[in-house]
Amino acid sequence: MAETLTGAQALIRALEHAGVDVVFGVPGGAILPAYDPILDSPIRHVLARHEQGAGHMASGYAHATGKVGVCVATSGPGATNLITPLQDAYMDSVPVVAITGQVATKAIGMDAFQEAHTWGISMPCTKHNYLVTRVDELPDVIAEAFHLAGTGRPGPVLVDIPKDILNATIPWHRPGEIDLPGYKPSVKGHPKQVKAAVELIHRSRRPVLYAGGGIIKAGASEALRHFAEQANVPVVTTLMARGAIPDSHPLALGMPGMHGNYTAITAMQRSDLLITIGARFDDRVTGDVTTFAPDAQVIHVDVDPAEIGKVREANVPIVGDARTVLEQLIETMASLLDGTEPPDREPWFSQLAAWQQEHPLTYHQDPDGPIQQQYVIEQLHRLTGGDAIIVAGVGQHQMWASQFWGFERPRTWINSGGLGTMGYAVPAAIGAKVGMPDETVFAIDGDGCFQMTSQELITAAIDGIPVKIAVMNNTSLGMVRQWQKLFYGERYSAVDLTDHTPDYVKLAEAMGCVGLRAETPAEVVPTLEKALAINDRPVVVEFKCDPEAMVFPMIPAGGSNDHVVLGPEDLT
Amino acid sequence: MKHVISVTVENKPGVLARISSMFARRGFNIHSLTVGPTEDPRLSRMTVVVDGPEMEQIVKQLYKLVHTVKVTELDPTETVEREIMLVRVNAEAARRGELLDAANLFAAKVVDVGASTVTFEVAGEPSALNDFLELMRTYGITSLVKSGRIAMAKDLKTTTKRSRLRTA
Ligand SMILES: Cc1ncc(C[n+]2csc(CCOP(=O)(O)OP(=O)(O)O)c2C)c(N)n1
Ligand SMILES: [Mg+2]
Repeated sequence: MAETLTGAQALIRALEHAGVDVVFGVPGGAILPAYDPILDSPIRHVLARHEQGAGHMASGYAHATGKVGVCVATSGPGATNLITPLQDAYMDSVPVVAITGQVATKAIGMDAFQEAHTWGISMPCTKHNYLVTRVDELPDVIAEAFHLAGTGRPGPVLVDIPKDILNATIPWHRPGEIDLPGYKPSVKGHPKQVKAAVELIHRSRRPVLYAGGGIIKAGASEALRHFAEQANVPVVTTLMARGAIPDSHPLALGMPGMHGNYTAITAMQRSDLLITIGARFDDRVTGDVTTFAPDAQVIHVDVDPAEIGKVREANVPIVGDARTVLEQLIETMASLLDGTEPPDREPWFSQLAAWQQEHPLTYHQDPDGPIQQQYVIEQLHRLTGGDAIIVAGVGQHQMWASQFWGFERPRTWINSGGLGTMGYAVPAAIGAKVGMPDETVFAIDGDGCFQMTSQELITAAIDGIPVKIAVMNNTSLGMVRQWQKLFYGERYSAVDLTDHTPDYVKLAEAMGCVGLRAETPAEVVPTLEKALAINDRPVVVEFKCDPEAMVFPMIPAGGSNDHVVLGPEDLT
Repeated sequence: MKHVISVTVENKPGVLARISSMFARRGFNIHSLTVGPTEDPRLSRMTVVVDGPEMEQIVKQLYKLVHTVKVTELDPTETVEREIMLVRVNAEAARRGELLDAANLFAAKVVDVGASTVTFEVAGEPSALNDFLELMRTYGITSLVKSGRIAMAKDLKTTTKRSRLRTA
């Protein structure tokens, strides 16, 4: 006879079945029943200090491991606190499952205590969501939620469970076959289209492979490198794709877009063929779309058909999984073009090399001046040999981290690209470290961002999650200040933080972490060395940075990628 | 330009909210939307009339919803479209006869008669409904309810199938 379980027990059992080893959450009234069987489960529960933290932890975990991250919250305010991380995960296609408690079924719609219409609120910021209405469907709903979150174009899925359903009992049954007649993501690209793509690539004189975050999600990095070499095509990696091909690879051009490097931006702009894989022509990449890459034909590979043609018409659309399609391209190219000569791309490659020579990413660290963030990032890279997972907040520090860290592996760069969520770094770093305990996880955070979620330092300290966090203290909401400096005549409005409050070292200590500080360029390396040597506790390192420094290159919002602004002098 | 799409969805709670939320979020305009059960109890069918040029995106975004099973854009020349409406018009005693004659031309049914109004039910091609409304405006329309359009592709295979049967 089948074992009888409560809904709560069935929920935890179903999570175990889905392979979950850790959940990040905060308990409360409606979700209370689920917190009892967690005690008897091998699943680890990490108690976040705010549900937003729990959500970003799940996302950081998913980014670092490739597995589905799980967060748990109670009804009402617990659920609404998850909305930012859900939208964040939705924009960046991160596989996350959120479990929320709901008021009892008969109280729904009565404005009951801690009731919120979680299903409705979360609908536009999830790939799919559920309100469980019968306890016997719970095991199948959980299995479906994990299937949806992790397959096709990954994304967040929310399961809202009324309290009476958690308390009801069912004879346990293993989740059955997934039955979703309307959900059949394509994996293999259409062979005819693949062939058309290969022919187009073979004729192209100025190709660029435009690699997006989908490459990393699909585990396609190896295939990408192989294909780029085989086809002899340079590769740009978007903010979400950093690490998809090693930055040290001769074909790697680095990041395009608003704060991309001159060569990556201009290569796309002058290209005759954009081989787009797992990317979506985001406005931060294209600038003014009407003047973007005017001479380029487009091959667009995406697992989500709705991305193809959404912004830019594709000459060769291919719906499929990035890795599978890349493998098809490799095979087709090998068999189809055996012996035929590709066109001479020497002029293109020498043009790219010339641009790289003329316009490298640069900065200057005056030994007697304030600390430049690029210097901190470069020194950290040198000291770790680049062997670390880097997590960023949103702002200037994020752009510098992406520009100046040489990424060599996928899943070593975790940031909030699509939504640009300040406060992402601390909790995402915690989630990444939980998933990859043997890696050094170093967050590079802004002082403004840090103040949005720094309460999670306590989680890291108490739960034994030794992350390292650099607070780049430029005493301001630097990215906003940069725009006010450049576009509002230096009229600074609501961007000044102070250089002394909070005292980041004391704050770190109060939260159970080690607090360190570097105030001059000479102190940067010794302080980083100290931070790297501490591995039994979380470490916060404050760097007193130059408040006047600005991120360049830059394409002003809505501007054309034809006009790369290399410094403030280009704007006058 | 108006387009008619037929959307087959899983018959699940909230599926209408999912569809309309997607339209709102993506900035697509709905002209009318009807929904009802189908021959298969697990499925519902919606007929959505939309305005605007983004048809390809609309179809793709509809497909992206997990509960969407099939989306078909209907070609107006190969589609049967129907709509029903209730329309109440002023009808003083003196003009009633004339009004009823006009209604007869459109096969409009009288479904309610008041002291100074008559209410008609009209079903048919959306364009015929509009013609009737034009006519009724001269009497004065006091109230109007439309069902929204339902539509179904014509079964163009019928004739070929039959002829194949005959020759076999
Ligand atoms: C939650 C949220 N609120 C507001 C913004 C707008 N915003 C973008 S960057 C930025 C400044 C970030 O400041 P800081 O963390 O100090 O980073 P910096 O630019 O100084 O490196 C702000 C306010 C945002 N991205 N996210
Ligand atoms: Mg700052």
